[in-house]
Amino acid sequence: MLEILLYIQTGLCVFCLYRIIRGPTIADRMVGLDIFGILVVGICAIVAILTERPYILDVGIAWIILSFIGTITLAKYLENKKLNE
Amino acid sequence: MSADENYTGLSYTKLNIMRYLALFITSFIFWLLLTWSVEPGSVVVGLAVAGITTFFFGKYYFKNVAKFIQLHRYYWFIIYLFIFIWECIKANFDVAYRVLHPKMPIKPGIVRVPLTLKSPFARAMLANSITMTPGTIAVDIVKDNIYVHWIYISSEDPVEYTAKVSGRFEDYIKKIFD
Amino acid sequence: MADIIIILSTLLIAIGILFNIFGCVGLLRLPDVYNRLQSATKCVTLGTCSILLGVLVRYGFASIGIKALVAIPLLFFTATVAAHALAKASYRFGIKLGEKSVHDDYKDEDYDVS
Repeated sequence: MLEILLYIQTGLCVFCLYRIIRGPTIADRMVGLDIFGILVVGICAIVAILTERPYILDVGIAWIILSFIGTITLAKYLENKKLNE
Repeated sequence: MSADENYTGLSYTKLNIMRYLALFITSFIFWLLLTWSVEPGSVVVGLAVAGITTFFFGKYYFKNVAKFIQLHRYYWFIIYLFIFIWECIKANFDVAYRVLHPKMPIKPGIVRVPLTLKSPFARAMLANSITMTPGTIAVDIVKDNIYVHWIYISSEDPVEYTAKVSGRFEDYIKKIFD
Repeated sequence: MADIIIILSTLLIAIGILFNIFGCVGLLRLPDVYNRLQSATKCVTLGTCSILLGVLVRYGFASIGIKALVAIPLLFFTATVAAHALAKASYRFGIKLGEKSVHDDYKDEDYDVS
């Protein structure tokens, strides 16, 4: 049962990848990337149950923080740009 | 910092030391929760890391740490937590309805909502609450207004939408953080 | 008893993944950046929190369960703040609201102070 759920959760990443590849503007791509980061945390949690290794949740926590820093950096970069640059 | 912020009767030096101490205790508790062991080695490393954190980021912590020991704030916080979780679940079904409906009943726009909260942390918490509740996402705070992107604008009257967007939380957040 | 706990935790994980599916469908279907951000942030954050709660239910208050419990508030704060930053940045970048929009108060604000 848990394996099937893991496959579904991994398949959801394809939706985000579609948005990252096809997104009409840069902001769409960044939204896709942000959501991708949160989905990976869910994958980490399910894998931690399946393999019974608690340290994989540490990877998830670190992933939350790194994804947050990445998104904030990209947003700050985008904020000081204009469409015609 | 204005003078009326310091309502505790303590001098600023004392308040400053308490601020660093509060950050130290908070980060050490966070470390203990993460490692969940009281072995001497782990505790020593935790104390060192909490010290480094306090040294670098102490000046960004709350201005008025005396709020931590006012117990009625915790009482309101628990009530607020349940309301918040209920609103979150409602928000998800709202989004699910709008997304799965074939015609997508959306009418988006950005509205301006006036704020009555004063302290920065309370404002940040209000923005977070607005983001997690049905149909709204906070975009920016300029002076005393918060700009909210709303997925389905149901009324054009400012008083009415202020009550709908922030009225649910503002009283509680005022009691907890302000 | 152990079976009930495992079934309950699997149920919580399944509910979380259902919410994640709604969020990702919203990411595909909705018309502009702000609406996508809205559906995706809300649904995916609560869905992932539900998955982490499933981990907590399964292992109780042991090391791994506490880690999942700590991750929940962390996820809430980071996801919401990232959503604010993205919305503000994309507005200042110059992306307009979609065609269906009916109201825009932010446009006359003198935000260009940097």
